[in-house]
Amino acid sequence: MRVGVLALQGDVREHVSMLESLGVAAPQVQHPGQLDDLDGLIMPGGESTAIAHLLGTSGLTDPLAQRLAQGLAVLGTCAGLILLSTTVIDGRPDQWSYAALDVAVRRNGYGRQRASFETELDVAGVGRVAGVFIRAPRVESIGEDVEVLAQHDHGDGPYPVLVRQGVVWGASFHPELTGDSRIHRLFLDSI
Amino acid sequence: MSALHDGSTVGSALVKRGLADMLRGGVIMDVVNPEQAKIAEDAGAVAVMALERVPSDIRRDGGVARMSDPQMIKDIQAAVTIPVMAKARIGHFAEAQILQALDVDYIDESEVLTPADEENHIDKWGFTVPFVCGATNLGEALRRIGEGACLIRSKGEAGTGNVVEAVRHLRTINAQMRRLASADASEVFSLAKDLQAPLALVQEVAETGHLPVPLFCAGGISTPADASLVLQLGAEAVFVGSGIFKSEDPERMAHAIVEATTHYTEAAVVAKVSTGLGSAMRGAETATLETRLAERGW
Repeated sequence: MRVGVLALQGDVREHVSMLESLGVAAPQVQHPGQLDDLDGLIMPGGESTAIAHLLGTSGLTDPLAQRLAQGLAVLGTCAGLILLSTTVIDGRPDQWSYAALDVAVRRNGYGRQRASFETELDVAGVGRVAGVFIRAPRVESIGEDVEVLAQHDHGDGPYPVLVRQGVVWGASFHPELTGDSRIHRLFLDSI
Repeated sequence: MSALHDGSTVGSALVKRGLADMLRGGVIMDVVNPEQAKIAEDAGAVAVMALERVPSDIRRDGGVARMSDPQMIKDIQAAVTIPVMAKARIGHFAEAQILQALDVDYIDESEVLTPADEENHIDKWGFTVPFVCGATNLGEALRRIGEGACLIRSKGEAGTGNVVEAVRHLRTINAQMRRLASADASEVFSLAKDLQAPLALVQEVAETGHLPVPLFCAGGISTPADASLVLQLGAEAVFVGSGIFKSEDPERMAHAIVEATTHYTEAAVVAKVSTGLGSAMRGAETATLETRLAERGW
């Protein structure tokens, strides 16, 4: 199995080592040709505006849209979730996203860096998992085809933090930062 | 670090270092007003450093350089969606408290400003907002990490447009880490003494071969080729100060340095973005400088 990691900016290395620890080839994707022979793709954490900009300058915007339309399995964490979502709230006026995952996310929905937090999550089919939220996007609403695998109540009601719609997965938090590969395993099992 | 009502914690080392991890492979740009901040964000910057004067102007004007006016920081926060960093003077924990109250995303305890304390840096463990500090060698980097810094940037010589000091500092840090990685367990004690750094951190570097926090590069980067150079020397992201808004065409320079940072190993891409850029900032020979900012901090 080959699961690429979009390597334009962000915490690429952590995803690569997570995938390799699970016995999966994890090529770094910076150019359109590198999308061709992938079974899946991870869109890492980083700055969504910078990654969106670099998708354009690297000629990846449309080729990736085509692969997503063909049903490429993809996991987006934090910035990756924003790029996959249907609606982005509090983004730049010209912020675009792939609309591959029917959710509305609010950028920095949990606050600026001072509010970034760690907590324990209960993930369906996995159990207790450490959740690291860094200037995290908050999933404000989901479409009816979207399954919620974990949610977190940060004092103002529960919001989804790990969701999937078929083979398209999104996490508000960073499963790649804690050395626990169970979320990645769950994603790989869906491919 | 403190606990919240729902059992979660804020300000842990993981979330502080985590933001630095998210900035890797990116460009952090110095900006002095909301217009420049927007240009930086449009060009793909991963964060902006809000300050009143870029280092080359601080050099030219002289006088005491302090933390920026809070209003200016707020205006920049309102103008962009990316993280906003700001500088406090070395040792000036009250300025850092103000920056935390303003909700900046990272505090740079910076030698570019006039130091407030010539013996002590800020105790950074007590803050929820993470700190970045400069270093010219491994001992200095580990002392800052010991004080709670979550991100290290090689200092370079800010405001000169001359990359020579950045290269010197990166090469020094890397060479010292290689020396440690090849040392046997009993040599590490003596090396810790030479480095004047906390033993536990020295032992950690000896074991892992790298810093426990990300290593970025700052000070003198003014072309796409400079960015490619320092990334190939092991920097994980770049801070560009005067290099963008003191160049002939800041917008193009900003775009070009961002692209070169992502594709730093591909000379063809760096060549393409370097073509017809206009002139970079004028720059200065570091040998002729009256004030060496890199010597501030210890």
